[in-house]
Amino acid sequence: MASMRDIKRRRASIQSTGQITKAMKLVSTVKLQKSRTKAESSKPYFDMMYETIALMLSKSGNINHKYLRAGSTEQKAVIAITSNRGLAGGYNNNIVKLIVGSAELKPETTKVYAIGRKGRDSLARKGYQIAEDYSEVINEPIYQDASDLTAELLDAFGRGEIGEIYLAFTSFKNTVVHTPTLIKLLPFTMEAAGADQEEAPKAQALMNYEPNEEDVLDMIIPKYMSSLIYGALQEAVASENGARMTAMDAATSNAEEMLGKLELQYNRARQGSITQELTEIIAGANAIG
Amino acid sequence: MADVMKLRVITPEKRFYEGDVSMVELTTTEGNIGIYPDHIPLTAVVAPGAMKIHEADATKEAALISGFITILPDVVTIMAETVEWPDEIDFKRAEEARLRAERRLSSPDSNLDVLRAEMALKRALVRLEMKH
Repeated sequence: MASMRDIKRRRASIQSTGQITKAMKLVSTVKLQKSRTKAESSKPYFDMMYETIALMLSKSGNINHKYLRAGSTEQKAVIAITSNRGLAGGYNNNIVKLIVGSAELKPETTKVYAIGRKGRDSLARKGYQIAEDYSEVINEPIYQDASDLTAELLDAFGRGEIGEIYLAFTSFKNTVVHTPTLIKLLPFTMEAAGADQEEAPKAQALMNYEPNEEDVLDMIIPKYMSSLIYGALQEAVASENGARMTAMDAATSNAEEMLGKLELQYNRARQGSITQELTEIIAGANAIG
Repeated sequence: MADVMKLRVITPEKRFYEGDVSMVELTTTEGNIGIYPDHIPLTAVVAPGAMKIHEADATKEAALISGFITILPDVVTIMAETVEWPDEIDFKRAEEARLRAERRLSSPDSNLDVLRAEMALKRALVRLEMKH
């Protein structure tokens, strides 16, 4: 049996760990609330964007636009949104697993545009080529970040360096449910956009385009991508904080459970030592008497 | 004929404006347009310019920098990447941006990105226009 001093020391250490996890939980709860409001307020823009694009494509049938065709190269790009910090349960690992496990994204032909240090490091270890690193962005994502990234990706797409663009992020359903999601950004297809086809916007009178359809698509698809990336960033931040909150909550309750067990052990050890002392004294007294 | 239509101005961060209006004026890449209710369906690309929202009894102005607009007979939706109310604009910064862009345009440097400088100038001018 461990000595009383050992148990005491162990108990103190667990107690301070528990305090830290508890504080982290509180912090991420507050952060979660903030990031959740942000994620929700970026939703209408994205929804409208999707509706507009869906309307355009459903109306205009088979437009042969450069963003609607896959590039000729095998190279693919994936934007991997993870976090810069750990201690968030399986949050980062799930994204890495999603990318590694997908049939399209082989390490040899995939360039990673990493947002978040944790994902970047794990993917680099798995043999993926890290094309760019935007890890600072995840601390405080703004729309400009998303549109810069879009511009860069479209540039590479236009030069023929990459043929397909994917986005891997954690979608935020509610405080406890976050789903790692992989979607195809380019070439743009309606199915990939994630919403169900049935919900296609109600048939409207024929839409006119100014200056013309091609130019408008040229303009809108990058904006659509930016809004998708921006939305993904916001949701990822909310998910990260949600995941951390859950993980820290579990850690705190584990610490409490362990403290309870150690308390029992400590009392037993204390009782044991008192009994022993008494036995010794009595034995001593008997020997003298 | 309906005399009001619904106008929605949405930015990535928030709903910028939502309400019933009798007319809205703005600038597209093809020029200035004024939209009344029952307009033909139209999708156009926004160019930097002042946006004037005519409500039943008031007129509001905002600097609309980029985005695109979808017009349906009873609903007008502006997906704005950048749009600012006059009181959100940093006029000092806009003034500096104007000077910078003008200086760049008048400099003899041949490998200057003229288009970019012109766009910057245009944005600054639109913002400054809001200062009455």
